[in-house]
Amino acid sequence: MTSMRSTRKYAAMTAATAAALILAACGGGSSGSSSGGSTGSSTSSGPVTLSWWNNATADPLKGVYLEAIKNYHAAHPKVSITNVPIQNEQFPTKMPLALQSSNPPDIFQQWGGGQEATQLKSGKLADLTSRVPGLIKTLGPAAQGWQVNGQQYGIPYDLHMVGFWYRKDLFAKAGISGPPATMDQLNADVAKLKAANIVPIAVGSKDRWPDAFYWDYFVVRECSVSQLQTAVKATSANYPCFVKAGNDLKSFMATKPFQTGFLGTPAQVGAGSSAGMVANGKAAMELQGDWDPAVMTPLTTDKNYLSKLGWFPFPAVSGAAGDPKVLLGGGDGFSCTTSAPEPACADFLAYLDSPEVQKKLVATANVGLPANPAAASALTLPAERQILQLSQAAPFVQNYLDIAYPTNVGQALDNAVADYFAGQGTPESIVSTIDQAAAQQ
Amino acid sequence: MSHLTSAPAAAGTAAAGATTSPGPAPRRRRLTLPLRLGRKHAELALLLTPAVALFVLFVLLPICIAAYYGLFNWSGYGPLSDFTGVHNYRLVLSDPVFRGSLLHNVIIAVLSLLVQLPISIALALLLNRRMRGGTFLRLAVFAPYVLSEATTAVLWLLILQPGGFVDQVMRAVGLGGLIHPWLADPAIVLYTLFAVVTWKYIGFGIILLLAGLQGIPAELREAAAIDGASAWQTTRRITLPLLGPTIRIWAFLSIIGSLQLFDIVWIMTIGGPANASSTMVTYMIQNGFRSLEFGYGSAVAVILFVVSFVFALLYQRFALRRDTAGALTGAVG
Repeated sequence: MTSMRSTRKYAAMTAATAAALILAACGGGSSGSSSGGSTGSSTSSGPVTLSWWNNATADPLKGVYLEAIKNYHAAHPKVSITNVPIQNEQFPTKMPLALQSSNPPDIFQQWGGGQEATQLKSGKLADLTSRVPGLIKTLGPAAQGWQVNGQQYGIPYDLHMVGFWYRKDLFAKAGISGPPATMDQLNADVAKLKAANIVPIAVGSKDRWPDAFYWDYFVVRECSVSQLQTAVKATSANYPCFVKAGNDLKSFMATKPFQTGFLGTPAQVGAGSSAGMVANGKAAMELQGDWDPAVMTPLTTDKNYLSKLGWFPFPAVSGAAGDPKVLLGGGDGFSCTTSAPEPACADFLAYLDSPEVQKKLVATANVGLPANPAAASALTLPAERQILQLSQAAPFVQNYLDIAYPTNVGQALDNAVADYFAGQGTPESIVSTIDQAAAQQ
Repeated sequence: MSHLTSAPAAAGTAAAGATTSPGPAPRRRRLTLPLRLGRKHAELALLLTPAVALFVLFVLLPICIAAYYGLFNWSGYGPLSDFTGVHNYRLVLSDPVFRGSLLHNVIIAVLSLLVQLPISIALALLLNRRMRGGTFLRLAVFAPYVLSEATTAVLWLLILQPGGFVDQVMRAVGLGGLIHPWLADPAIVLYTLFAVVTWKYIGFGIILLLAGLQGIPAELREAAAIDGASAWQTTRRITLPLLGPTIRIWAFLSIIGSLQLFDIVWIMTIGGPANASSTMVTYMIQNGFRSLEFGYGSAVAVILFVVSFVFALLYQRFALRRDTAGALTGAVG
């Protein structure tokens, strides 16, 4: 018994010691110097180094970034930039910790929307509105996705638009003369493709977010622009046009337009994915972002697949209140933190949006549509130029709703729509799930 | 800090006691009781501190911190200011999706016991015989266990995709009518995943049981044979009871593994479609990390911990008690 007790005593003592060590270790951090190279937001003229967290872990994008760093440093010898590539999927877990710390990166990947608004709560996002007014004007409506309450907390470097990619050869085989402009035409085309034994539409429901594109687009078609803006601002979906959108989705799904077993199909991985099916001629259409042709490259052995692809915007819904020219999209950008040296940080983001870098991003790195319209000439695919033209002519570009809402609300939206694709829930329950998640904000 | 200064001092005294003695044996006997205790304590402190420090730092502390985070509505940004008490815990437990996930874990655990155990025992008994190519066969059944979970998942994802290997084989042998969308049908996706888990882990059970079988003295079986016991009687009355401790340990590992099932499910289905294959851990990742609700996610993690911990304690107390006490052959027959 004695030994038992003394063992316990020692266990307690060592535990206490360990706890003391932990406290010492944690406490030590505050007095340490910042290793990120930040020199505070002072506009000092001494040499500065900025750390840049981006998701370009591989070439060609990584190469374009390294070249941009080099060229920027050559033009601004006092500004050095440290490239820190981070896996895309790690940002959601890394950023909260980084923005909590006393040593956040100076520049980091930013997708805008509700996530940016959530990050703003950390108090570490720099307001860029007055730093780069000229650039914000050049970017036009594209910059809106990175604004919170009218202030610019991030700058996009590329844009994405969602629409239907389709196989011209399969359309011809099914006797369809051209892309559909209305939902009724799309439904008729689906029937024709089925009659020709062709899978009309591939969807990657395993990943959930491709399902949300459908619901999002029906919302965009059913709601007016001001209704959309009100809904996002109020973090709510409890409006009649949102329920109408669910009903549109219901009648569209009743035509059974998707491949067999679509609930288990991934969007982008493998030849059996929805992108792979279109690339290999196993399905005629897919509702996806403008990045889809680039995703298809490794998924098919057909070297001519690009010439067989066409693009059309999401069809108009008859009797709906929304403007059929409105597009659903998003993009990639960067934010500066409050500890980043200015004006170097904002100036570097502006440099990334200069026509010189933008053209390389589009032509070499294949990032999608340039944020700066001046680089449009670098787009090679006719379909991509068509998308950029439509996006410039669009009265409004709605940010993907799962990004526009705060993250937890966006995830609830994706899950509710995915459940609906799997036969669970109603148009009303999608709306109520979103509002429940918003109430937990 | 106190131990860092006190421990070397105590060790020093102990060392001094040892070195200054010309004839160690008689001197040592003269060490007073407090001195001997001091030396023992110093030894304990020296040997235990690293392990205890690591355990506290990486196990106990995170558990406490998670339980604390669970009391807040916290997105991960900004300070922990929105204290909500046990609201998160109540919300988790009342969410039908979480209950469904827990049920899926339990289904996997029960199926593991009902399906994997008999197969493992049967194959282990077969492989325990002397036969040509026995080593190769043992290697073959163990091979899937060596693969990482991610590799297994990607492999089966390809095999099970619509029109994939499984579908082709079934069509070839005339079972085309039984083909299902294995990972896309909410009614069967959980059982598809269970089959993959079984494929991966059956080898582990077999190897464990084989090791257990090797530990059973051949004399016992010989004696039974001399007494006229049939092969079945020997297996039923001697081998299986002596295999008891191994089976109980396997069941323990299997159930804990089932409760924490994640990798294969996440890669193959992300818990879908419509949460039909979600587990407690996929629920935690989905609602904690993906939704940036770290308070809520922490609450899920704590509940998962409590479920596993309570099970482990009960199992230790009731099922493993005799094994850990060393009474291996207490109730044979």
